[in-house]
Amino acid sequence: MIGNIQKGALKVKVSFFITCLGDIFYANAGKAAVELLERLGCEVEFPDAQTCCGQPAYNSGYHKETLEAAKHMIEVFEQSEYVVGISGSCVYMLHEYVHLFKDGSNWQKRAIALKEKTYEFSQFIVEILGIEDVGASYQAVATYHTSCHMTRLLGVKEAPFKLLENVKGLKMVDLPYRHDCCGFGGTFSVKMANISEQMVDEKISHIEETEANLLLGADGSCLMNIGGRITRQGKPVEVKHIAEILNSRGDE
Amino acid sequence: MPMHIGEKDFKKRVTKGIQDDFMRGAVRSAQERLQNRRAAAAEELGDWEEWRTLGQQIRSHTVEHLDYYLHQLSEKVAELGGHVFFAETGEEANEYIKQVVQEKNAKKIAKSKSMVTEEISMNEALEGIGCEVIETDLGEYILQIDDHDPPSHIVAPALHKNKEQIRDVFKERLDYLKTEKPEELALFAREKLREEFLTADIGITGCNFAVAESGSFALVTNEGNARMVTALPKTQITVMGMERIVPGWEELDIVVSLLTRAAVGQKLTSYITALTGPKQIDEADGPEEFHLVIVDNGRSKILGTEFQEALHCIRCAACINVCPVYRHVGGHAYGSIYPGPIGAVLSPLLSDYDEYKELPYASSLCGACTEVCPVKIPLHEQLIMHRRKIVEDEKKSTLAERIAMRGFEQIVHSANLYRTATRMAPFLTTPFAKNNVITKGPGPIRNWTDTRDLPRPTKERFRDWFKNREKQGGAV
Ligand code: SF4
Repeated sequence: MIGNIQKGALKVKVSFFITCLGDIFYANAGKAAVELLERLGCEVEFPDAQTCCGQPAYNSGYHKETLEAAKHMIEVFEQSEYVVGISGSCVYMLHEYVHLFKDGSNWQKRAIALKEKTYEFSQFIVEILGIEDVGASYQAVATYHTSCHMTRLLGVKEAPFKLLENVKGLKMVDLPYRHDCCGFGGTFSVKMANISEQMVDEKISHIEETEANLLLGADGSCLMNIGGRITRQGKPVEVKHIAEILNSRGDE
Repeated sequence: MPMHIGEKDFKKRVTKGIQDDFMRGAVRSAQERLQNRRAAAAEELGDWEEWRTLGQQIRSHTVEHLDYYLHQLSEKVAELGGHVFFAETGEEANEYIKQVVQEKNAKKIAKSKSMVTEEISMNEALEGIGCEVIETDLGEYILQIDDHDPPSHIVAPALHKNKEQIRDVFKERLDYLKTEKPEELALFAREKLREEFLTADIGITGCNFAVAESGSFALVTNEGNARMVTALPKTQITVMGMERIVPGWEELDIVVSLLTRAAVGQKLTSYITALTGPKQIDEADGPEEFHLVIVDNGRSKILGTEFQEALHCIRCAACINVCPVYRHVGGHAYGSIYPGPIGAVLSPLLSDYDEYKELPYASSLCGACTEVCPVKIPLHEQLIMHRRKIVEDEKKSTLAERIAMRGFEQIVHSANLYRTATRMAPFLTTPFAKNNVITKGPGPIRNWTDTRDLPRPTKERFRDWFKNREKQGGAV
């Protein structure tokens, strides 16, 4: 038996939620996540009709447009057993659908059903599969960025750390002020670009304090923000999604 | 608009804030100190979450039945011989206060800290009729001495100044000769202020909480100055925002515990002054005459709306103390005497979107504010609600954004369109890409690429990889 899964038992069926940034920019993180989930005993499918969770519209105050995204995604994942996504904030958005519809309405019921089976990737491995050591190994000194929506709103705080602690060869260093936002905030990063820049620079200075050469995170958007600033400044820190490390077997 | 401070233009205010290294240093260290103290005090209390729930329940019950409790409060105050005035606007409040001042022929007014009097610009109104208004709260006093520098924080109004700057203000204006040690600065100010207390004709206070059942008022201060303001002058005026009320002493106990811990991380602030009406026959001190001014100034139009929870605020500033945007731009950048997350929620409500349309967007929605608020106001959700109002009711979003969102709507609910759009991404961005990153993006992406690289879309989208893999027999 690995974790909660009985050897030889029926496989856990997972519908994979890649998120739009993941689909376009971070295919590698998605591939790694799928491979790992399969290795841990899941049967992974990819509902090809999935689009975006609607967060850009939601956070900008476009309610009607958000509803369209929500209804579409609810339909896409209606038949799924579990929905597992690789971005904490997008997974939270799927949970947030519940509040978009009228109390007691049919759509709200369907939104609740989606919420109850939707998990962030690391959370799913720890809480549902019951696994903390995925058998990964990776040589690096790394630090981890806790993204705001995943920790504060979705409430996933421990899972990524539990998984990373068990990666052989990986030395984790605490990120000072890790509860501080990296300054992404969706359209905030372009609407209030100068404030956002101050925030990401502060985040990077804390990352540098750790002397880690690898920054990990579980949210594509934060990683795009911090990573984009790091490469622009030519800093020697690599940025990766945790799935890439957790799927690594030390052959890199 | 009275509550407005600083430059008219939001962008200019922000740039000024970002470039002010002294201010940012002062704010950063104050935030850090206050955050740590709040966390320690919350932990020490134990069951912090239960306390928050209790606080939320008390505030929501009170605001839900505001008319009842305000009525009870004014009856009680009248019973005790005090006068009560309901002011619908700031001007009405100022007119009434001026009238009292003129009747008493008062020249000198000692005042304890009060945000609502800042909101209605009471000092200016009184100075306009030739009165001298002395701020007795240390922070407010510093600002007053410094040419009426506006407050940048609702609990620590001079938070944007470091101790060296305060020393210089005292030196320049009051011939102060000692060092920048906080104790020396405070002692000096205290001595100066004591003279003022003794000669003031009228004392004016704000109000942290009015207690409806007994007609009492609780003032929470660090320096005990509220006690002096209420004990010495013969006439006292208390000005309260109409939502600053609790049903009884039991509830007061809870909200004050939450307030002092959330605000400064103390079990109790140094002084909690409770006063009840004018001096009674058997009492040794207290004012001979007492006036209560209850200020609406836009609050009742918030009641019954989706923003009602904003009226639950107990002005502890915990949300301001954790806000990263506030840390980088400082309080003045908000252009309102109410800065930070609660300011971004409240200012457009008390004023309007024309004046404060940028504030709801001055947040990354990180939720740090919502997480600390001792009465559980969902601050970041209220900001999203504002954005929604601006888009739907005010139709004030830009045309480009509306068009983009229309496109978004079409794409997200059509799997085909979405697939086409994402397939195009690598081709569309190729002209802008260099070494796998985009360093100069087109259109709105430009704001991003001015400071950050954008990754180049991968040639093979995730979904293509998955499909190909399935074709080849799926998982290995
Ligand atoms: S909104 Fe909450 S955290 Fe902010 S000042 Fe008010 S009570 Fe305090």
